[in-house]
Amino acid sequence: MNAGQEHPTAVAGAGAGAGAALLPAPPLLFEQSVPGRTGVQLAPLDVPRSAPLPDELLRTELPLPELSEPEVVRHFTNTSRRNFSVDQGFYPLGSCTMKYNPKINDQVANLPGLAAIHPYQDEATVQGALRMLWELQEWLGEIAGLPAVSLQPSAGAHGELTGALIIRAFHEAAGRQRTTMLVPDSAHGTNPATAAMAGYRSRTVPTGPDGSLDFAALQDALDADVAGLMITNPNTLGLFVEGITDIAAAVHEAGGLVYMDGANMNAMVGVARPGDLGTDILHFNLHKTFSVPHGGGGPGAGATAVTADLAPYLPPPVVCRDGDTYRHDYRRPRSIGRVRAFYGNFNNAVRGYAYLRSLGGDGLSEMSRLAVLNANYVRAALADHLELPYPRICKHEAVFSARLVARDHGVRTLDIAKRLIDYGIHPPTIYFPLIVPEALMVEPTETESKDTLDHFIAALRAILAEAAATPELVRTAPHSTPIGRLDEATAARRPVLTWPLPDGGSPRRGK
Amino acid sequence: MNIPEHLHYTAEHEWLHQDGEITVIGITDHAQGELGDVVYLELPEVGSEIVQGESFGVIESVKAASDLYAPISGEVTAVNGDLEAAPQRVNESPYDDGWLIEVRPSRFADEQDTLLDASAYRDLLA
Repeated sequence: MNAGQEHPTAVAGAGAGAGAALLPAPPLLFEQSVPGRTGVQLAPLDVPRSAPLPDELLRTELPLPELSEPEVVRHFTNTSRRNFSVDQGFYPLGSCTMKYNPKINDQVANLPGLAAIHPYQDEATVQGALRMLWELQEWLGEIAGLPAVSLQPSAGAHGELTGALIIRAFHEAAGRQRTTMLVPDSAHGTNPATAAMAGYRSRTVPTGPDGSLDFAALQDALDADVAGLMITNPNTLGLFVEGITDIAAAVHEAGGLVYMDGANMNAMVGVARPGDLGTDILHFNLHKTFSVPHGGGGPGAGATAVTADLAPYLPPPVVCRDGDTYRHDYRRPRSIGRVRAFYGNFNNAVRGYAYLRSLGGDGLSEMSRLAVLNANYVRAALADHLELPYPRICKHEAVFSARLVARDHGVRTLDIAKRLIDYGIHPPTIYFPLIVPEALMVEPTETESKDTLDHFIAALRAILAEAAATPELVRTAPHSTPIGRLDEATAARRPVLTWPLPDGGSPRRGK
Repeated sequence: MNIPEHLHYTAEHEWLHQDGEITVIGITDHAQGELGDVVYLELPEVGSEIVQGESFGVIESVKAASDLYAPISGEVTAVNGDLEAAPQRVNESPYDDGWLIEVRPSRFADEQDTLLDASAYRDLLA
């Protein structure tokens, strides 16, 4: 996402063209290349030259760009300035929990005793690291209300897959062949995808008029083929699923298990425990809820917590404590097997641990309370400006609909989102959840001040006024970035994935 | 909103056109508008059977990927191969060049009551 303005607190001056001159489009490294120019000096060879490689393994040409060190540094620095991150401005990307990531997490993760250890090191020499992992397991178990935890999964969807495979193993151990996983129509797309990966057919359960799961429809869907329910709470409408304990009891009554997708745990840490609400399996997104940096494609961390009954199915190894000694426990005869090499994304476990230690129990529940307060402040401030399809108190995020703006002014949610870039704000999530037309999903998180929220609210109100007065201005936004609207359809249909050599080297195009 | 009078519709925003023994199936103008620019389609093979209410393919736009649900049961007799190279036809011409598949219905007498006429589909969108 291209950065808009340098100063996100300034609503005024978000007009066309502002900022465009800041960032001229830099040429590609290949286009800057000059034959013979170099940025490295290699020391003379001071070891015996080995036998040459066979000719068929050598290539005669390797057309890499040739540049000096300052050219390379400027290229990447200038490119990075076109990025947008939570360190630069407000990033209310719904469902993604783009909270500020405290720098102390990185400082701790970079301590040599944690950053420079090796997975093959003798356990006696890494007792501190193992203790840290054990404590993280214990604390996540306490937060979940589910005592057994695996830190192995690499990300949220990986935690889902681990959970779905545990559901499968649980039923198979009891000699049951169950074929169906129930998934609400408001679910993240990863839920039905996970169910399919684990060999299940996913069956959709509709949302009721109050935004919670339709309980009658759930009861109709529950039969002896149902392996479990994958439910997100709060759901993707940002609403607490009313009747969750009745829902869980009904699934258990039918012999199924309840998997809770913890994507939205930021709304309930230290306030309610999924295990107490009838959840059997939960994954955390350490990279959302516990402030591990994310958004560039990873790595994440999807720690997964289960009931004591399901502990034997967890993937190995799990860190155990014997007195004062910590060790990896690999003896899990009923396990679903390893889901990852080594010990999960260890450095991200360290960051999550540092965050938990920084906040402590009271701090964590305050975190969730403030996340909910901030979302409701935004919801209430915009309730008269945008439609709220499910108008009740929300949790960590608020889902609006711009359906009436689209109908009355021909300005769609996409246009509003693009225009927010001109105000220095990262656009919210749009067109999700799928059950809300022209959806605009705002998750402010607890780390934003009232001033920042007020700036966002003022920006959105200003854009809605523009939509009525000068709709073309909004429809053609953003105006402050080096590039405006990308041709997303052509980018998806005919992506140019390589740079063609000017001397006729073969340009390779994606299909 | 373009909702031709002579077609049948479904609540899943598909249209059907009966042409003798063959029924042509596509998605409605409303559906293509909601999806946005279509970039990819996964359609069944000629000769395969589709079953009413079950997924027979996938349509992917810049915004979302959605299942295509079979409005009726039957055997697929033709697939719009032009869409592989030009999926934008679904946006440009949803009722004509952007058709998806042709089917020889197997249970049409039983299933036709579930279909909507143009006026009922218009009410659904209102």
